[in-house]
Amino acid sequence: MPVGPIPCLKWGSSVTESVITCRNVSKVFGPNPARHLADLRANPALSQSGYVHAVRDVNLDVQRGEMLVVMGLSGSGKSTLVRCLSRLVEITGGTVTIEGQDIATLSEPALIDLRRRKMGMVFQSFGLLPNRTVLDNVAFPLEMRGQDRATRYARARDMLDLVGLSGRETYFPRELSGGQQQRVGIARSLAVEPDIWFLDEPFSALDPLIRREMQDEFLRLKAMMNKTIIFITHDFDEALRLADRIAIMKDGRIEQCDTPDQIVLHPATDYVAKFTAEIDRARVVHIGSLVQPLTAPVTGDPVAANRTIRELARQLVSDPRSHIPVAGPDGRVIGAVLRQTALDVLLGDGH
Amino acid sequence: MAATARHATTARLILALAVGLVLVKSLLPAGLIRPPEWLVMPFADWINGVFYFLQNDLGLMTLTRAFSDVVEWLLDVTANLLYGKNRWPNLGPIPWGVIAVTAFMAGYALKGWRLAALSGGTFVWIALMGQWQWAMETLSVIVVAAPFSVTLGLVLGVLAWRSASFERVLNPILNIAQSLPHFAYMIPVVVFIGVGPKAGAIVTIIFSVPPMIRMTLLGLKKVPEEVIEAGKMSGATRWQLLTRARIPTARAEILIGVNQVIMQCLAMVVLASFIGMPGLGQKLLQLLQALKIGLSVEIGVTIVLLAVTLDRLSKAWALRLPEHGHPSPLWLQRHRLLVIWLALCALAFALAHFFPCFLEVERKQALSVAKPIDALMDQVIRLIAPVTAWLRWFLITWVLIPMRDAYLWLPFTAVLSLLAAIGWAIGGLRSAAICVAYFGLIAMSGWWDRAMITVYMVTISVALAALIGLPLGIWAARNTTRAARVLLVCDTAQTFPSFIYLIPVIMLFGVNDVAVVAAVVVFAAVPIVRYTVEGLQNVPPELIEAANMSGATRRQLLWHVRLPMALPTMLVGANQSVMFSLFMVIIAAFIGTQDLGQEMQRALSSTDVGKGLVLGLAVAFMGLMTDHLILRWSEGRKRTLGI
Ligand SMILES: Nc1ncnc2c1ncn2[C@@H]1O[C@H](COP(=O)(O)OP(=O)(O)OP(=O)(O)O)[C@@H](O)[C@H]1O
Ligand SMILES: [Mg+2]
Repeated sequence: MPVGPIPCLKWGSSVTESVITCRNVSKVFGPNPARHLADLRANPALSQSGYVHAVRDVNLDVQRGEMLVVMGLSGSGKSTLVRCLSRLVEITGGTVTIEGQDIATLSEPALIDLRRRKMGMVFQSFGLLPNRTVLDNVAFPLEMRGQDRATRYARARDMLDLVGLSGRETYFPRELSGGQQQRVGIARSLAVEPDIWFLDEPFSALDPLIRREMQDEFLRLKAMMNKTIIFITHDFDEALRLADRIAIMKDGRIEQCDTPDQIVLHPATDYVAKFTAEIDRARVVHIGSLVQPLTAPVTGDPVAANRTIRELARQLVSDPRSHIPVAGPDGRVIGAVLRQTALDVLLGDGH
Repeated sequence: MAATARHATTARLILALAVGLVLVKSLLPAGLIRPPEWLVMPFADWINGVFYFLQNDLGLMTLTRAFSDVVEWLLDVTANLLYGKNRWPNLGPIPWGVIAVTAFMAGYALKGWRLAALSGGTFVWIALMGQWQWAMETLSVIVVAAPFSVTLGLVLGVLAWRSASFERVLNPILNIAQSLPHFAYMIPVVVFIGVGPKAGAIVTIIFSVPPMIRMTLLGLKKVPEEVIEAGKMSGATRWQLLTRARIPTARAEILIGVNQVIMQCLAMVVLASFIGMPGLGQKLLQLLQALKIGLSVEIGVTIVLLAVTLDRLSKAWALRLPEHGHPSPLWLQRHRLLVIWLALCALAFALAHFFPCFLEVERKQALSVAKPIDALMDQVIRLIAPVTAWLRWFLITWVLIPMRDAYLWLPFTAVLSLLAAIGWAIGGLRSAAICVAYFGLIAMSGWWDRAMITVYMVTISVALAALIGLPLGIWAARNTTRAARVLLVCDTAQTFPSFIYLIPVIMLFGVNDVAVVAAVVVFAAVPIVRYTVEGLQNVPPELIEAANMSGATRRQLLWHVRLPMALPTMLVGANQSVMFSLFMVIIAAFIGTQDLGQEMQRALSSTDVGKGLVLGLAVAFMGLMTDHLILRWSEGRKRTLGI
């Protein structure tokens, strides 16, 4: 292995305060989940009809300000995992801690309070209240908090402005297109200024062109605020476009949770390898993730660590140096890349 | 498949037993022919005992009195407002113009000009025909009863949704309640409350609750999971979630429930004339008994118009999809309809103030079409009298009496075996046991002969209804516009209170069994036509195209593709048809039949709760058994067809 994993997520930033921590989280659906889980511990091969083991022993740490994309095939347990994090479903085993608080122990009022202050969620089929206007839908979480009409409408109008829906306040959800409905969903989830933002396949119900537009919109919003984001998708391109880290799930387990670069460069299992086989790695891999420590002095201008191999293709092909220096965001050289390694990624050989 | 084959063999064996019992009837001991004395249980006495206990020892009487006092007070208020009964608040009567204008504007706001014309026109017709007082007597009960039922149904529906065990208890009760004939509800109410408008209102409330519970439960269960999750993530408490997310999202189903409550109320209010409820129903009953055809037709038209109006208005409300308004800075602009309504009301009040005929149209001034109708009907009847007389003679001597005698002649053990065979063929041991249990209980009730007469009336009516309804449905489904028109007619016909169907048949056949059968046939044919059309229309077009490509003729297409695919839907129609005819046979009893209905009328007039409930349950059991069999059958069909 040429390099070890890079701990920091955004190049150079090194905040490592864990907002969400999962330890051995399991979720079993069925008539008596706890019993079934205990039986499973005794006999892992057990399979009993009527039970679905949707999430299995997930360990996960999500850092503040990080965007974690959870992906996997249909039925792999993505939605269930996220619903465990927000306690929309009760966890069968393990613990989920949010900002140091074990959410399984929260009383109902405390849980409601947590959701009112800290969390927002966007749903695949929008989950809008059909008989409320757009404005009332966005103001709904504020109404639940008991805010008076004037303030909550003012805030809701701001949110609608933010997602580009001003002028549609009096419309009803069914009068809007899918993309517009999802904008309402996004505005609603942001109305309470949550620290943690869950998005469960927010764009899957949209057609490709609108999906692309919404992704751009999403990136714009994300850049404007500093939120911890858990984003579910089963579209790998979407994941690569958006993620700081990607968690790949299969049958309720997380197969690998890492930066996109590491996932395409060093898939942890065959499953992940197959998943990433079709990807043009040069578009994903940043030159920074190929960096090796300096062994000898290097010469010439360094390249920025956060450029992808594809972006640097021309230079890589024509550069005469065998070791190319790489600079971090502050301009200091952090190491060098073997030109051959980079070219291997570019040309798709090597693995 | 193997199970089905085994069921068929067992069923055939039991059928052979039934046939055997019939063949050797003369050799059978009496105890196998009629239910023997020792088998008959004094169910009625037991029920009476329970009621006596509830009424006197448990002091339930005071509770019901208290409740009925509240209802009575409300009835007085509405009675004063609607037709000027001399009670607090002594404001009424509201001039008829105001009510007509209000109905007009409600129709316009909900659906547009056509509904406005219908609902406004209905009230104008009522006023001009001089039926205002009766119609308002009827309406005042609905105005009081419907909100009670809606609230009660909503609360019970929410409870059933919250607690699965409550739902499990409630479900069979609702099943029975929805198959009990109207009269079975009246008798206990008469015992507890007495007769009159108060009792009419209360029986109406009780009768119309079940559909509201059902629809509330259905609506709450259908709310998409994501809407709930969105509510939870918005930090809604349970109460907020229920009142601001679940119930509003289930709006359409709940309002359909309201629609059903209103229609049930109307049906019951009309029938409550049997327990002294004044209004349109009582008038109609009197006129029918006096054979005043023209006047009954007038009342009948009013009831039909009222039913259609109430149905359309409430359905329009239920099915209205929210639409964004154009926010306008002008108050007048935003509340245009409200302003117009107020102006029209003021106008109507003013007119009523200056011209008494706008306050109330006196009977003397009223229009009437009774005379011409009578004259016309005389002509028509004279013209078709030979036909109806022959039909009556033919049906009575060659169909009805032989059939009735045959049913009565059958040994009860043979009937039970036959039912067991049918049950076994359709659903195996369980269904056979259910059939035998239901009819066994009827045998044990001591009303076997009466029950068999009811069964005979229902079978002949449903058979005739199918004979008319199926071809009509198939014909209607041949093209879409025709199908839509026929469905509209059926829908409208289904909103009429059952009582209405008696007017034309009494006109044609007089008061006898044939009239009853005719009324039941018409009433029972409606669902058959309706579901046949729906079933045939909903056959997937790919299937029809595939059959066409294989060169099927139209006849082959109908018999081999469309009818088999439509069968499960058509069975729903058959089920409703049986239910409707059971109800109708019982209602028609006052024309003079010798079945359970007649006994129920007697129980009503002697306020014998035990007897009334036993008879009611006997009818309910027939309905529930048919329901079970048809449901199982259609499930089986659906499974084989893979729908
Ligand atoms: N409420 C539930 N009761 C029973 N089983 C459930 C429930 N919710 C989910 N499951 C099961 O858990 C497994 C994981 O479901 P989940 O919805 O988390 O998958 P997913 O990865 O989100 O799939 P998709 O991409 O289709 O949304 C599936 O097998 C599903 O059938
Ligand atoms: Mg999902």
